[in-house]
Amino acid sequence: MAVSTTIAATDSAARLGRSRPVVSANRTSAIVGKVLVGLFVAFMLLFILGPLLWLGIRAFAGSWTYPNLGPDSWTLHWWQTVFSDHALAVAVQNSLFFAPLTVLISAVVCLPAAYAFARYDFFARKTFLIGLFATNAFPKMGLFATIASLFYTLNLINTIPGILIIHVLGTLVFMTWIPAAAFAAVPRSLEEAARDAGASKFRVFFSVTLPMAMPGILVAVVMSFLASFDEAQGTYLVGAPVFYTMPTEMYTLVLNYPKQVAAVFSILLSIPSVALMLLARKHIMGGQLAEGFQIR
Amino acid sequence: MSMPSDAVSPPRPLSHGRAMAERSTEATDVAPASDVADVADGGAGSAAQEAGGLQVRGLSKVLGGRTIIDNLDLSVREGELVSLLGPSGCGKTTTLRMIAGFLAPDTGTIAVAGQDVAHLGAEKRPSAMVFQNYALWPHMTVFKNVAFPLKLRKLPKVDIARRVDAVLELVNLLHHRDSRPGRISGGEQQRVALARALVQEPDLLLLDEPLSNLDAKLRVKVREDIREIQQRLGITTLIVTHDQDEALSISDRIAVMNAGRIEQYSTPGELYARPRTEFVATFIGSLNRIEGSYRDGVLGSGSDVVGIRPEDVAFSATALPGYRPATVERIVPRGHFSEVYLRRDDALLRSYLGGVAPAPGDRGYARISKAMIFRNGLLVSGTEATADQ
Repeated sequence: MAVSTTIAATDSAARLGRSRPVVSANRTSAIVGKVLVGLFVAFMLLFILGPLLWLGIRAFAGSWTYPNLGPDSWTLHWWQTVFSDHALAVAVQNSLFFAPLTVLISAVVCLPAAYAFARYDFFARKTFLIGLFATNAFPKMGLFATIASLFYTLNLINTIPGILIIHVLGTLVFMTWIPAAAFAAVPRSLEEAARDAGASKFRVFFSVTLPMAMPGILVAVVMSFLASFDEAQGTYLVGAPVFYTMPTEMYTLVLNYPKQVAAVFSILLSIPSVALMLLARKHIMGGQLAEGFQIR
Repeated sequence: MSMPSDAVSPPRPLSHGRAMAERSTEATDVAPASDVADVADGGAGSAAQEAGGLQVRGLSKVLGGRTIIDNLDLSVREGELVSLLGPSGCGKTTTLRMIAGFLAPDTGTIAVAGQDVAHLGAEKRPSAMVFQNYALWPHMTVFKNVAFPLKLRKLPKVDIARRVDAVLELVNLLHHRDSRPGRISGGEQQRVALARALVQEPDLLLLDEPLSNLDAKLRVKVREDIREIQQRLGITTLIVTHDQDEALSISDRIAVMNAGRIEQYSTPGELYARPRTEFVATFIGSLNRIEGSYRDGVLGSGSDVVGIRPEDVAFSATALPGYRPATVERIVPRGHFSEVYLRRDDALLRSYLGGVAPAPGDRGYARISKAMIFRNGLLVSGTEATADQ
């Protein structure tokens, strides 16, 4: 795209011989702009793709000694190590069990709350809304230590409900704030039109409000899923040594194996996240929300 | 035909065929032609028409300590198109929302087609509304938008498709059947909203500022479309508008609202020719408003308000009986006519002149053929010096 524009500009510059000074001045500023954008992109790539690239190479590296730019040898050994480790399969299984369940529970608990926050004005509404940040406002470890002592009393340590509670806690903010904004963005007249057409309040919610808020809710679902999928500290405290999920398993791997195993595991850990984001992208980017009614 | 009975009765095709056969004849019996001025006006319809149409009695609403609607009566005959006309904040939309069921009145009764609906929710009322911003559901196609009310009534799919197609054809949108509302123009969105209301075969059609989001040219076309469809289906219709042109051109009767009350409820012709209050006179049409007195075509000093329609001020280059000397002060071209400001020794008068307009500074003669006199805001005398009427 950018290349073709440059060619077109050069073309027209060549054809319009007389106006060359103006064109070249334009071209200079265009080139400066492009260089700046290019530098910025390169800078971002260095920090985003750089570590990923290192990770990717590392996962297949036999040994990699200091002055060399590439690994000394290539191997699939570390992948074999990881896949032959029985604990890994269990961790993957646990992660794929806890994350979707967390999202589901979080949605059931938070979406009605989000709707209430968006549509009703009740006592201490703002306080509750800000209060949701509490779980994210304090150092996690301190919070978890307190929770752990509570869980010991309630016999929730090393139980599935205990881990689910920890995970759901981490998703509360996402599942409430984002859908609340999405619900609030649905114009009331669209709901009234459905009432007028003869729909009950429930029908209005499921036929109009929910579908229209769906892009926002999907964002919340993705973020909650990732939060649950990546949650390590709380899971470790409440779940270990009975339940290991992928992130907690990674702690063990990093401590017990060479670095290459951690690289392999990181790549595995990112597969579900990337897949989920690609899936959700289409629906989130649809831009349905702005279409079809005049925003006033 | 109410909604609950609609849900259980066997499905039938869209009613415009039936309506044209039965209802429109009924409508022409009852509804006056829009320019007939001698219809009994006022809030109460005669007892014979109590059964059909819309009957609003003693409606009041206080919001935030302010009386928005004050003991309002309104009666719309079956098949009639009535406009609620008033400036913003006069309570016309509040009235409409109470009739539609989105707002509970503090006091009063609302009856649609003989059925008291004041205690019913919007979903149970036999009225359908077209919203100001159309309120189309962007995640559904045009077809699904229009089909939604019928789907709620659990009609068989075939019947839904037939009725939706019929009503889309009526509003001339069949080609956009599968488009999303976001992909069609504002005028088309408006017609989808109308189709969604019509497909319900409501006993009462409510339109909230239906044309305010359209550009001027489209507005004229769409309002004529609305009128034409309304007449064909013989559907009782209430339109809320702040645009007097819109109200005058399509209504059988107009209820002019001011500060939560209906100031006058008459045919467009009657409203214009015999406004009952100064507010109505200034709000409908244009008016030279002069404080003073009026006698034999001459303005004098006094404490009344004299209202003179610009078209009742005549201008002549030569002296004629009854004309007084005047100087042309300013000319505003208005297309088909010119708005001319005439300075006489008694007042500055605005006049509408067709044909070749005089130039500023020209001297001539002006005559007032008709004036309305208001005392304390009420019309006390309306026709004087009507020699050439």
